[in-house]
Amino acid sequence: MSLREIWSGRRGKRTGAASPTSRSGTGRAGSGPVVQMTGICMDFPGGRALDEVSLTLHAGEVHALMGGNGAGKSTLIKVLTGVHAAADGQIVVDGRSRTFSGPADAESAGVTAAYQETFLCTNLSIGENVMLGHEIRGLLGIDWVRTRQRAGSVLAELGIDDLDPRLPLSGLSPASQQLVSIARAMVSAPRVLVLDEPTSSLEAGETARLFQVLDRLRSQGVAIVFVSHFLEQVYTISDRMTVLRDGRVVGEFLTRQVERAELISTMMGSSLQALQEIGSQRRDHRVEPSDQPWYRAIAVAQQGALEEVDLEIYGGEVVGLAGLRGSGRSTLGRLLSGASRSDSGTVEIGGQAIRLHSPAHGLAHRLAFAGERRRHAGLIEELTVRQNVLLALQAMRGWRTPVARGEVDALLGHLLERLDLDAGAADATVGELSGGNQQKVLLARWLAIRPRLLVLDEPTRSMDVAAKVHVQAQVAALAREGVSVVFISSELDEVVRLSDRIVVLKDREVIGEISNGPGLSVDTIVEMIAADRDEF
Amino acid sequence: MSTTTQQPQRRLLTSLADTIRSFVSGSRLLRLNAAAMPTAAALLIFVVLVTFGQVQYGGIVELGTISSLFINNAYLIILAVGMTFVILTGGIDLSVGSVVALSSVAGVMLANAGVNPWIAVLVMIAIGTVMGLLAGVLVDRFDVQPFIATLATMFLARGLASMLSTTPERLEADSAILGIATRLTIYDGPGVNDLVVPPSVIIAILTVVVAYVVLHRTRTGRTAYALGASEQSARLMGLPVARTRVLVYVISGSLAGLAAVTYTARLGSAQNVTGIGWELNAIAAVVIGGTLLTGGAGYVLGSLIGALVIALMNLLIIRDGSIPPESTTIITGGMLLVFVLLQRLVIARRRKG
Ligand SMILES: Nc1ncnc2c1ncn2[C@@H]1O[C@H](COP(=O)(O)OP(=O)(O)OP(=O)(O)O)[C@@H](O)[C@H]1O
Ligand SMILES: [Mg+2]
Repeated sequence: MSLREIWSGRRGKRTGAASPTSRSGTGRAGSGPVVQMTGICMDFPGGRALDEVSLTLHAGEVHALMGGNGAGKSTLIKVLTGVHAAADGQIVVDGRSRTFSGPADAESAGVTAAYQETFLCTNLSIGENVMLGHEIRGLLGIDWVRTRQRAGSVLAELGIDDLDPRLPLSGLSPASQQLVSIARAMVSAPRVLVLDEPTSSLEAGETARLFQVLDRLRSQGVAIVFVSHFLEQVYTISDRMTVLRDGRVVGEFLTRQVERAELISTMMGSSLQALQEIGSQRRDHRVEPSDQPWYRAIAVAQQGALEEVDLEIYGGEVVGLAGLRGSGRSTLGRLLSGASRSDSGTVEIGGQAIRLHSPAHGLAHRLAFAGERRRHAGLIEELTVRQNVLLALQAMRGWRTPVARGEVDALLGHLLERLDLDAGAADATVGELSGGNQQKVLLARWLAIRPRLLVLDEPTRSMDVAAKVHVQAQVAALAREGVSVVFISSELDEVVRLSDRIVVLKDREVIGEISNGPGLSVDTIVEMIAADRDEF
Repeated sequence: MSTTTQQPQRRLLTSLADTIRSFVSGSRLLRLNAAAMPTAAALLIFVVLVTFGQVQYGGIVELGTISSLFINNAYLIILAVGMTFVILTGGIDLSVGSVVALSSVAGVMLANAGVNPWIAVLVMIAIGTVMGLLAGVLVDRFDVQPFIATLATMFLARGLASMLSTTPERLEADSAILGIATRLTIYDGPGVNDLVVPPSVIIAILTVVVAYVVLHRTRTGRTAYALGASEQSARLMGLPVARTRVLVYVISGSLAGLAAVTYTARLGSAQNVTGIGWELNAIAAVVIGGTLLTGGAGYVLGSLIGALVIALMNLLIIRDGSIPPESTTIITGGMLLVFVLLQRLVIARRRKG
């Protein structure tokens, strides 16, 4: 398998379907840049986040902002829209020097953004989240009928017209919420549209749809900033790119003029060989399990989310769950670990049925679930990384057994190194970390309790290419140590590469189980899902 | 309550929960908007409370009783409306009771000193506005916890009221302010059973209506809801966070001033110890009405119902007559607890399907 394939997020072939037909915008003649940021510096209490950064956006172009986790992409975006105040530097919009006081101010100049972390209000309806601050007003105040219609039409453009805008946002999947936040950024018809990792939880089809919309906006002369760790997507949609590393600009390219390998090494600052080496620690398949499965789930199910499933798990085995979103793969992962309570069936460990009614029960048996949504998956943003890891340990051991500080430190040092996080990160509060680094801490938290079964739901989301390789190497290392891992990812090639066995789900049912081997590829699974027809 | 009535009462409670549950699950509108459920539950429980009172003691569903319920509690309704704004944003306003005291003492003294009564009324409201503004600025600009900021303004207002006077200040009998509480008989029923609506009640109802419009039909109102969900989100969405946060305290303060006007007009006098604990009644009304103390969800109509529930409970305790006065607060507290638990029950069952 080539490195290029390893790094491309989703496979080129499928995202390729969304490939733009025109690249009309590139280098529009006669018009100056819409936005020109020069010499931007920005400091956080923890240190300098941006150092003399420049960014130039042209009308009718998609500009990719590239860089590893913590490079400063999100920070730069927030400086542009006035969320953060720059310590130094100049922002020129349409030839006028501007300093926006906040997102509202930026918006009045035609600059809007969909931020990386969800910034929606779960207590309000879908439609309101799109329209807050832009509600259409009539004689009697807000005209809700027209406001909802407007929200509905923007959402329809992005392909989610099946949702009633009056429904509460809280019921939506992460992907739909992501689309809602993109819709929100689009609703005021901006001239500069900034999307910070807009596709991180989208599926291929949704991404393709988004790219169609971006294509159209580009041809209408909108300047678009696009951030993603999926290189294939960046190559598909962008015209130009700026690469950041450690808060500095390390490269500016026309997308068609830069090779992937060059881009990766510019971004990561390390040579390809170094990454390749880590990549090679991932093991090649696959030990056929010989002894008895230690874990057995019998007829677990959740009403409306998953039909009855039987699954046996062996020690040191990586079981991949493949399927589209909504196929029930996350539900299965939650049921296996006790994160959700099964409506039926039993779970046996070593032949003994166990009580698995809550995450605490799961933890007591060292079954851990590392979930998809950071905010809800057990990271407390106000606490430091150390405290978060400590909490996980303490929760598992029970509150009566104190955990020694030295022990935590040793463990933490080990974990940070394993996940390629800076040692200084231990005392940073989680909220201060970049999106991708928060994801790493979440993983560290679960690794700390040394689980017997670790369910990873989209563990590499928002991670940069190097971190992905690291995490994959970690999973392999865990399996070598005898931990059973259930690995859930939308990136099928990741699943194929890591798993000993792949359980394929579709429409809330398991449709098959394949033992991994040299003949197996992503296409096998795609075909399997496509071929499975409902018999009734 | 005598022991013989306890059994049917318990049965009543369970069947009550069932009724509410079936009502709630049947409504399409409510399914769309889960946030409305606590308020709907409050409404139903209120109706049942009325029915219970009528069956047990009689004379509840009568124009006279309903009129006096509103007349005696106009101030509480107004306070609860103001408190709703603050709580929706995730804040709290502990100062309203003291502001009522300050505002009414100052108003009565001004009127008695010969100031035009309508000017005095405006000053009363303005005192509330200023106290609210102070709290709002403390919360927003100086990042003081709402609890602490309004605790400070609570002591400040109470202190100022005591500095003005420590004895009851009586309005002159011919003061125009008393007109706000004039009992206008709208419908002359048999005996004392008339529908009586003084301007103060109209003011209270208008307050509710205006607040509803502001909260549901203006961007400011929607920003208040967004703030209650997450301040950071509201900021990233580009909503006017600072302005709205100050504004809700200004609204609450001003309405406390308005409440002082209606209360003083009804009583004809003012004292520096008026309104002790009223902020808690207002908070209770808001919570009973289904607004979450953490902010972001609730309805001002619920707060109206909440205020009426509290008023009705007090009325029922008086009607019962057998309850020793010392234990009324225990009963009020206990009933509040039952009420809120019942609400949780309804909602929890509904969630499970
Ligand atoms: N609120 C904050 N307080 C303190 N430091 C912060 C804060 N937000 C970001 N940082 C720091 O600024 C640096 C840049 O972070 P930023 O979020 O911009 O990275 P990023 O390029 O968006 O990364 P990712 O790909 O993981 O999203 C990081 O070192 C991060 O720890
Ligand atoms: Mg980021």
